[in-house]
Amino acid sequence: MKNLLDFERPIYDLKKRLDDLRRQASIHPVGVDVEDEIRRIEVKIIETSKQIFTNLTPWQRVQLARHPKRPFTLDYLASAFTDFNELHGDRLYAEDRAVVGGFARLGGKKVVVIGTQKGRDTKENIRRNFGSAHPEGYRKALRLMRLADKFGLPIITLIDTAGAYPGIGAEERHIAEAIAVNLREMMLLRVPTIAAVIGEGGSGGALGIGVTDRVLILENAYYSVISPEGCAAILWKDRAAAPKAAEALKITARHLLELGLVDDVIPEPLGGAHTQPAAAGQTLRESLLRHLAELEQKPLPELLKQRYDRFRALGRFSESVPVAA
Amino acid sequence: MMTTTFTKKTLGLETVEPAVTPPPTTAAEPSFVKKPKLGGGKSKKRDIPEGLWVKCKKCGNLVYDKELDETLKVCPRCQYHFQIGPRDRVLSLVEPGSFEEMDANLVSVDILGFAGMASYVSKLADNQKKTGEKDAVLTGVGMIGEHKVALGIMDFSFIGGSMGSVVGEKITRLIERGTAEELPVIVISTSGGARMYEGMFSLMQMAKTCGALAYLAEARLPYISVLTHNTYAGVMASFASVGDLILAEPGAEIGFAGARVIKDTTQAELPPGFQTAEFLLDHGLIDAVIHRKDLKKQLIEYLDFLTARFRPAPPTT
Repeated sequence: MKNLLDFERPIYDLKKRLDDLRRQASIHPVGVDVEDEIRRIEVKIIETSKQIFTNLTPWQRVQLARHPKRPFTLDYLASAFTDFNELHGDRLYAEDRAVVGGFARLGGKKVVVIGTQKGRDTKENIRRNFGSAHPEGYRKALRLMRLADKFGLPIITLIDTAGAYPGIGAEERHIAEAIAVNLREMMLLRVPTIAAVIGEGGSGGALGIGVTDRVLILENAYYSVISPEGCAAILWKDRAAAPKAAEALKITARHLLELGLVDDVIPEPLGGAHTQPAAAGQTLRESLLRHLAELEQKPLPELLKQRYDRFRALGRFSESVPVAA
Repeated sequence: MMTTTFTKKTLGLETVEPAVTPPPTTAAEPSFVKKPKLGGGKSKKRDIPEGLWVKCKKCGNLVYDKELDETLKVCPRCQYHFQIGPRDRVLSLVEPGSFEEMDANLVSVDILGFAGMASYVSKLADNQKKTGEKDAVLTGVGMIGEHKVALGIMDFSFIGGSMGSVVGEKITRLIERGTAEELPVIVISTSGGARMYEGMFSLMQMAKTCGALAYLAEARLPYISVLTHNTYAGVMASFASVGDLILAEPGAEIGFAGARVIKDTTQAELPPGFQTAEFLLDHGLIDAVIHRKDLKKQLIEYLDFLTARFRPAPPTT
């Protein structure tokens, strides 16, 4: 089967056997024995899935986060949101299709949604630049955030990118500045803001739309300062050491929650979001609505102070008391 | 807080420690050549003290290291700007005796228990020993001309100037002090990017420093960013790129992604002078390229304009 990950194989084999049995049973009805076997395998599938998916290594989660069938931003815009009205362009240079954004409804609430968007096939990936934004993507995001700020709409960002695009044009049009300005400006937006890492949280390219009141992450998503491969190439001099780097960098949802770097982990359906995309969308919506309801209760000065304090507190160091001279 | 002491150090040039994206490999280390044979191998005069000669990376000439001290580490032949340590930089910019160092006791910790080929703990210890500094930035308050400023200077010789929690915290405290005491903030950057060993804590320093700058900007206080060789990735994509003025030293290599990464990803031929200070100037990304010997004079000039409204009206008698 296409897109099957190694560790998904035992579940896939069981499901295949189940399908075979069911087909057999429908062709040659033989009675109770087959029915028992079917039930036995059904239980076994759930047990095996639980066993595999509660013990995933960080590297396996990275593979899930990059799964080509995993729901992307536009999939969640269809499943967790309604009435998406896409708005295009940075009003300066280009329309960057690696970033999508516009109005949408979340439950009954009107919001602005911005997200990085990957493609599912080669053609779409070329259009979306594999989900890696140019400066125009970050500037479009900021334009839409300012629109939301002006008209009092909460902002939801969905993060799924390997990173901002490393290219000549990106450098010539100052991608570093585009990201940096977003980091600064997002701190002062006068509306509630929530970011959810739904797949890959690739470094500065992810953070460029991620300075928000709440930072949420899906169970099998990751968020990292550098790709595991990039880290492995530098520290182990070997990209194949990526699984080791994924472990060392502490990039999984659980690790990030333990370290206080994210505020909440959104559970995924057993087997990963790609196995039940509609259910994953439902869970995301519920989580976003819950956090948004909390943020909407806060007076603006408190909202802004807590946003500043949230990021201000991140960092670990020791500080010895200087000896008086 | 304490007044700093200035110790002379060897040039802080070494291999780049890349982080968010590897900086270009063209920043090769200059070779240190001891006692080169000059004058046809004649015996040395006894009254000349033995010193270090440095081969200029750009023109290839050997420069006596004492001479480099006098030129602020700029090659007298070709004007190549060597990297300069933060304490030498303070000497070159700040009025004597006026610099008051801040947060000198902040030390990085191995929060992730990073287990790579070399442990973070040993990496920190090696770099502390090598540089005599605790981490990759020096911050403090001092006078530049008649301007009291909050000044941060990064140090490439300490793990490639990479930004972890200590760098982020010291820069943030510096900016917050600027906001609280209504001081202009100047940060002189040089960095390979975020410090991998601290994982996501290092990435979050980008948000933290820029957040502090948001409030400095809201208070309409000036922030000048000076980009020096070389400044990349996590530092470039945060506080280094949002100055009211952005200045750069001649020839400094500056960018988001490293040139090699761009080449590998895009398979494209890089344009001549790509990611140099002059390239950035030509593309409208920075305000000015300024020779190191002119930096102090220019900073004073810019600050005169940027702080004009803070001047009290002359007393009326």
